[in-house]
Amino acid sequence: MGNMIELFSNYTFQIVALGSALLGLISGVIGCFSVLRKQSLLGDGVSHSALPGVVMAFIILGSKKTEVLLLGALVSGLLSTLLIVVIVRYTRVKFDSALALVMSAFFGLGLALLTYVQKIPNSNQAGLNRFIFGQASTLLQRDIAFMMVCGVTMLAIILLLWKEFKLFTFDMEFAQIIGFPSKGLNLLLSFLTVLVIILGLQTVGAILMSAMLISPAVAARQWTNKLWVMVILSAVFGAVSGVAGTFASSMIPKLPTGPAIVVCANLIVSISLLFAPSRGLLFRVYQRKRIINKIEGDGRDVPTS
Amino acid sequence: MERQENYIVEIENLTVAYDRKPALWDINLKIPKGQVMAIIGPNGAGKTTLIKAMLGLIKPVTGTVRYFEGNVDIHTLKGKIGYVPQTESVDWDFPTTVQDVVLMGCYGKLGWFRRPRKSDIELVKQMLQKVGMQEYASRQISQLSGRQQQRVFLARALAQEAEIYFMDEPFKGVDAHTERAIVALLKELKKHGKTVVVVHHDLHTVLDYFDWVTLINMRVIASGPVKEVFNEENLKKTYHNSDILLRSLM
Repeated sequence: MGNMIELFSNYTFQIVALGSALLGLISGVIGCFSVLRKQSLLGDGVSHSALPGVVMAFIILGSKKTEVLLLGALVSGLLSTLLIVVIVRYTRVKFDSALALVMSAFFGLGLALLTYVQKIPNSNQAGLNRFIFGQASTLLQRDIAFMMVCGVTMLAIILLLWKEFKLFTFDMEFAQIIGFPSKGLNLLLSFLTVLVIILGLQTVGAILMSAMLISPAVAARQWTNKLWVMVILSAVFGAVSGVAGTFASSMIPKLPTGPAIVVCANLIVSISLLFAPSRGLLFRVYQRKRIINKIEGDGRDVPTS
Repeated sequence: MERQENYIVEIENLTVAYDRKPALWDINLKIPKGQVMAIIGPNGAGKTTLIKAMLGLIKPVTGTVRYFEGNVDIHTLKGKIGYVPQTESVDWDFPTTVQDVVLMGCYGKLGWFRRPRKSDIELVKQMLQKVGMQEYASRQISQLSGRQQQRVFLARALAQEAEIYFMDEPFKGVDAHTERAIVALLKELKKHGKTVVVVHHDLHTVLDYFDWVTLINMRVIASGPVKEVFNEENLKKTYHNSDILLRSLM
């Protein structure tokens, strides 16, 4: 118990927990739109494809600064998206195959480059490995400041374009016809998604980052039928998972933060899928039983089994 | 016979292709203002494609679509065009209510960034009344039946307060009661001087429901007042003799 209090008053822990919470919050909000647009897999593609960008940035620019490495990630993430679009458009390969192809090719390249980099002197301190599984403990105060600025900007955009994003997500063609160009809105939403993923690379890592987008949103959808409630709930779920995951990884030695956060987020998903009223599994089983009982038992309550 | 008509849409040499396969070939078509027009043709004839090309949703290979005599750019017309898509075109499990969906019809008038006002909500309520869905305003859309979905989309289009309406098979999957309600709406729109273009399937009702008809099968077979062009010869050309539908009709 004393351990815990000590941990919570620890400055480093506070910074890291704050960073993870922020990330969870932003990805929770943006993730709602990814899930509702049925583009959950694209996030997975982008996050995996960001890895070679990180390593390339280090090789070419020789910098260990997070901003530089993340800029590399952004470039290769966007490049992979473009490549997927081009493949779908100009070949007969379908979207899911194109995504799987590009994503594994990029991630494979990233891993290969990473082994190559290990042989360069001065490279072991660069800590590039942290972008695979994430290591929130490497977050610095200025990383948090950067995340804060990005986060506030993104939330402001979502708030400002709330009605437009809602319309576009529900009915793209109708949006286009009444004067909200779907190409522009699509580009903006996709860009926000890519940005969140890049922001999360250091904390959660390339492999699991897409879970941060999808899990809180899927869980939130279970509890409500209103978009704004879903978005707020998703933000809360994301933030809670961020803090809980950071806590777990601080308590258990060698437990990387990324997986810990994702496990927490998916605990919330499991609970939501099972227990949420009206959409939850248990409720539906119960309702089915009730209907069957009504039909068979002329209104009497028939004891189950 | 020279006809003096006022045309709201003029299509010239329009060709649309998917994956290099032509879907519409050299379409020339004029839609008269203030009329209720049906677009009919067999499955895969390009009816929906034609509507989408007119709405600027599909980029044609060649050709132009002109609105209101000369105004080519569809984006300047956004307030004047109403649209009722096929209900399957959206995911009805989206977390929102009936009222919210109909409210989307007001978004065009509001423009960027502005939130709906009280007067918009009032308008939405009126439109829901018109389609007989006023009791469902706060209902979650995933709970609607197919015909209720159709009514919601109609109300949304009405809330647009447009000049010309495009409807993609509004009669598909509706019961007789809803069908009559939709026909009454079409008549009312016409009374207010609006133009309505409807993709239609049921040949039996063309004579009763519409003033004007366009028969297409990749090309325009015929287009004109129902009484003049809705005849056996044109139908045979459109449906290539083969359709059992035709025999039951004639």
